[in-house]
Amino acid sequence: MTDIDMDAPGKIDLLLGNEAIARGALEAGVGFVSAYPGTPSSEIIPTLADVAKQNNIYVEWAANEKVALESAAGASFAGIRSMAVMKQNGINVALDFIANLQMTGIEAGLVLLVADDPGPLSSSNEEDTRIVAKWMDFPLLEPCCAQEALEMTRWAFEISEQCGLICMVRTVSRIGHTRANVSMGDLPRFEKKAYFKDTWNMYNPAKGIHCTVGGPLVLHPEKIRKFAKVKGIFENAPKEFNWYEGPENPELLVITSGVSYIYAREALEILKQGKKIGILKLGTIWPIPEELVIKHLLTTKQVLFVEELEPFIERNVMELAATLPAGSPRIEFCGMRTGHMRGYGDVNVDLVIDALVKINGGSYEPRDSKYSEELSALTQMNPERPWELCPGCPYRPFFWTLKNTLQLDGRDGFALDDVGCYTLGAFNSGYWQGRTSHAMGSAFGVSCGLGKLRQFGFKQPVLAMVGDSTFFHAAMPALASGVWNRSNFIGLVMDNSATAMTGHQPHPGLEKNVMGESAKPISTEAVCRSMGCRVEVCDPFDMEGTKNALLDLIEDDDGVRILVVRRVCELVRARIEKKAPFIMHVDIEKCIGEDCGCGRVCTRMFHCPGLMWDEKTGRSAIDEVMCAGCGVCADICPRGAIIKEIT
Amino acid sequence: MKTLSKDPLNVLVAGVGGQGNVLLAQILGQALMREGFFTVVGDTFGAAQRGGSVASHIRISKDIEYSSIVPKGHADFILGMEPSETLRVMGEYSNPNTRVVTNPRIVYPPPVISGAAKYPDIDELLANIENYSRKLWVVNATEEALKMGNRLYANTILMGATIGTNILPIDRSSVASIYEEKFTRPDLFEANIKALDLGILLTQGK
Repeated sequence: MTDIDMDAPGKIDLLLGNEAIARGALEAGVGFVSAYPGTPSSEIIPTLADVAKQNNIYVEWAANEKVALESAAGASFAGIRSMAVMKQNGINVALDFIANLQMTGIEAGLVLLVADDPGPLSSSNEEDTRIVAKWMDFPLLEPCCAQEALEMTRWAFEISEQCGLICMVRTVSRIGHTRANVSMGDLPRFEKKAYFKDTWNMYNPAKGIHCTVGGPLVLHPEKIRKFAKVKGIFENAPKEFNWYEGPENPELLVITSGVSYIYAREALEILKQGKKIGILKLGTIWPIPEELVIKHLLTTKQVLFVEELEPFIERNVMELAATLPAGSPRIEFCGMRTGHMRGYGDVNVDLVIDALVKINGGSYEPRDSKYSEELSALTQMNPERPWELCPGCPYRPFFWTLKNTLQLDGRDGFALDDVGCYTLGAFNSGYWQGRTSHAMGSAFGVSCGLGKLRQFGFKQPVLAMVGDSTFFHAAMPALASGVWNRSNFIGLVMDNSATAMTGHQPHPGLEKNVMGESAKPISTEAVCRSMGCRVEVCDPFDMEGTKNALLDLIEDDDGVRILVVRRVCELVRARIEKKAPFIMHVDIEKCIGEDCGCGRVCTRMFHCPGLMWDEKTGRSAIDEVMCAGCGVCADICPRGAIIKEIT
Repeated sequence: MKTLSKDPLNVLVAGVGGQGNVLLAQILGQALMREGFFTVVGDTFGAAQRGGSVASHIRISKDIEYSSIVPKGHADFILGMEPSETLRVMGEYSNPNTRVVTNPRIVYPPPVISGAAKYPDIDELLANIENYSRKLWVVNATEEALKMGNRLYANTILMGATIGTNILPIDRSSVASIYEEKFTRPDLFEANIKALDLGILLTQGK
C-alpha cells in the first residue's frame, strides 16, 4: 500500500518501523545493503529490494551476518554508503569482523542496523547489543518510534562518515514491528560512484583504508581519536533526538531512551505526574552526552532509569555521576540495581507505573478489583494455545516418523534441534523430538562432539537437524569438522525451500534472489557429498519411505551421513498453487471412535490443528476452516477412516 | 476531522495466528491514519507463524503517538476473531466500559484436539464476554463467509461489523478506498465490498 520511494517530502503514511528504517536509508542515499534474515529486522531488506533497481541500490541476503557486514564494508571502502542489517544474534556472528573493522575504520558511511528482541517475541535469547557499542567503541543511536527510526537511520550515515567508524542504530521489536504515522523527508540527488582509492599507509592511519595486520599500536590510538570525535558530535546532537520535558527542578528525573521513553511518557500521563516528574529522553546512547546528562542531574535529587534488558544507561550515568562537582546534592538512583525495574523482558506502561508507585507511594488500579478477579478466574479456564506447526507443514509428519523410528530402533537415539520452524520439534507440536537447541548450526557442532564418544562407551544414535537456510549460515564449518574428524552422526537437512520462520526469504539453495533475479542454486546434497558424506533424500509426506531411509542410515553406523528431508513449506505451496491438494473428510461409518483401540491416534497423538474430536458423535472430524488438505492424516488412521479426495 | 469519543481510543484485535488479524489491524490503522489521526498498530505474537494467540493493539489519538501496547484495563473496543481469544485479551485489557464484537467460530487449540484440555461451553463463553463488557455483538463472520464461498471473507465481514458499531472514527468509504487499492482484480474488490456491507448490516443500529 506504501510507495516507500515516493518523492513526496512531508507526506505522511502509516509505516512499519522497519519500512521507516528502509526509507531513512533511501533518504541517506544508501547504495549497498546486505543482511541475513532475523525477526524483528527481516522486513527492511524486502522493502528496499522492491525499489532497488529504480533507485540504483544493490540489496542482498548474505549467507550470514558476518558476510553481510563484510560485503557492506567492501562497498564502503569503495565509497558507497552501505548498511548491514541483522537481529541481536547476528551481531555475535559478525563480531570478529567488527573488532577488526573498528581498528581500520571505514570510508563511506556504514550503518550497522541491529534489531533486538526484548520480550523476547521471536528469539531464543534477549541479548542487549547496546553493550557491543561500548565494548567496541562505536556510536550508537536508539530511536523511540518509527519517525525517529527514519531520521536516525538517515543521520547515522553522516555520523559514520564524519568519524570514520561504523554507526549502529539499535531498534527493538516494538519499533520495527509497529506501524505508525511517518512523515517522509527528501530523497537524495547525488550520483553513486564506486572506486577503491589505494591510499593505504600504515604510518599515516588518518588516510584511507588500512590493514590491521602489524598496525594495532598505530591504529588503536587512532580509533580512540575517532571515537572522541563522536563525543563532540553527540553532545550537540539535534534536539529532536535528545531532549528534556518537565519542570525545571523535578522531584524525580526519569532518564530513558528508545521505546521506553514512550512508555514513561504515557505512565506519567496516566498518573497525572507530569508537573512533578521530568523525563530526559536520550537518542544518542553511546557515547552518552555527558554535559547534557550532568546538567540535568544537577536539577534533581532522585533519578529513575527506564530501559529494557541491561542497565546500560543506568550504569553509564552512575559512572558519570562520580564526576559531579564536589558539594553537589546527593542523588538517589533507582532502576534495575534497586529492583524498581526488571532486567528481563520488554518494558510497558504498567511496569513504569509500578516503579513510579513504588517510589512515590500511593496505589494504582486500572479497573475495579472485583471485576479483575472474576475475569481473571474465567480466563484461567481458557485452554492454552501453545506454538504449533501449521496445518500441512512437512515437519509434522517428519517428527512423527522420527519419533516412531527411534522407538523402533530402541537404542535411545535422539535428535538435536536448531533454529527455525523446526525448533518446534522440541515442543508438543513436534512430539518433543528436539532434545537440544542453541545457536544457528549448533546441532551439527554439538553432534560433532557427541559423535566422538565411542571410547567412553557411547552407543546412542545421534541425529542433528539443520534448516536449508541455516545449513549455509553456520552448519558447513561444523560439517567439515565432523567429517574430517570422523565423527559419527546423521545430519538432517530440514529442507522446506525457504527461510520459513522469518517470512520465506530466499537463500543460496534457491533459484531466485531477493531482487527477483535468477540465481544458481547451490545443492546441499552436492556440498555434503563433496565433503565425503553419504547423502539420501526423502519426502516427509512419504512416511514409510522416510522411516526406511532413517533406519538404513542409522544402521550404516560410520561417519557423518546426511538425510535431506525435502518438501516445500505449506505456506509457500499454497501461495503458488492457490488450492489444497485434497479435500479431507472422515468416514463416520469406518471411524468407530473410542471403540477402535487406536487411542484416538489422529487427534490425541498426531493432533494436527486441521483435525477435531467431535464430542457429540464420538468420532474424529476435519475442521474445514483449518485443514490444509495435505492428506497425511489419511495415512495415520489405522482403519483408513480419514478419506482424501483429489481436488 | 471526525471526533474521537475518547483520547487515546484503544482497540484490540484478537485472534489465532494465521487468521489474518495482523492484516486486518493494518487496514484499520491505514484507514484511521487517513482520517488524520496519530495511529499506532502494534502486534503481540509468538515464535510460530500460525496457531498461537495473536493480538494487535491500535492506539488512536488526535494529539500524539502512544505506545504500541494498550495499558492493562484500558481497552475501549475489542474485535475478537475467535471467542476464547476474545476472552483471553479481556482478561488483561478490558474494563466494564469496553465494547466487544466477536466471531463465535471456534478454532480448537491443540491441547483440546488431543483431549488434554477442554474448550469452554460456547454459550457460557459468549455469556461471560457479554457480562464483562458494556456491549457485545456476536457476528457469525465465518459462517457468513462460507455462505459466500470463501472463509477468507470472514475478516472483511468483521471489518464491516466494526464500522457498523460506530465506535471508531472511520466509515465505509475510508475502508472501501483502501480495498480499491488493495484488490486490483474487480471481482475480488466487489466480493469484499459485498462482505463489508454485510458486516456493517450485522451491527449497525444494533
